[in-house]
Amino acid sequence: MQYLMAFLVGGAICAVGQLLMDLTSLTSAHILVLFVSVGAVLSGLGIYEQLVELGGAGATIPLTGFGHAIVSGVFEEIEAKGAVGILSGVFKNTSMGLAAAVFFGFVMSILFNPKG
Amino acid sequence: MATKEKTIDQEQYKWRVQRKKPKPAVLRNTIMAFLVGGLICTLGQGVLVFFQSLGMSMKEAAGPTASVMVFLGAFLTGLGVYDDIGKVAGAGSVVPITGFANSMVSPAMEFKREGFVTGVGARMFQVAGPVLVYSTVTSIVIGIVYWLTRLWEARL
Repeated sequence: MQYLMAFLVGGAICAVGQLLMDLTSLTSAHILVLFVSVGAVLSGLGIYEQLVELGGAGATIPLTGFGHAIVSGVFEEIEAKGAVGILSGVFKNTSMGLAAAVFFGFVMSILFNPKG
Repeated sequence: MATKEKTIDQEQYKWRVQRKKPKPAVLRNTIMAFLVGGLICTLGQGVLVFFQSLGMSMKEAAGPTASVMVFLGAFLTGLGVYDDIGKVAGAGSVVPITGFANSMVSPAMEFKREGFVTGVGARMFQVAGPVLVYSTVTSIVIGIVYWLTRLWEARL
């Protein structure tokens, strides 16, 4: 059941992205920036947490989940440390994904060459 | 008179083309994005469940899951497979975090010949840079609002 919900929620988020790409002149870079920001706003409003409970990885794997991870970290740190948390929380829940992206991104770029 | 008729014809033609041509493509693209994006998230759910089975909470498992998906996205981009998926999946391959990894590896590989600093190092952040800038700025503004709200609540 949780796999089906992940499929449906994740698929729906991607479908919205595709509709924006097809019906507007937004490029994939614009979509990623838009989605990560919308995810942060929805997280701030307390809506995204409910989507994560519903869809699990279907809500955390799309880039909207990255925005949610940043905002949830900021909120946790504000609760624990006050104003300092506004800055210290930004990479609290995202540090592992970001470190992995930079490291694996670099290694793969060195190991492989573009096709054709 | 003749030109006027021609313009009407052209406008009608344009309108008909616009009305008829993109629709099936949009529907097909959206379905493909839904299916492939959904499948990538289902795979992510499998990875998440695996880390949870090791005794992690959902929140603890989110980071390792993201890392595995980022690795897969970067690796498949290196192999050239991810771009093939992207041709049929569109946003279905862009929006998941695997697509974020793809957006780093793809230009970095492409511009390797420009050197390791201005080529690989800089180009990796061609898309990831803007994503980080706007997600960080948005989140900090939201954090300031949240902090002020908490202060206000504490005073009441």
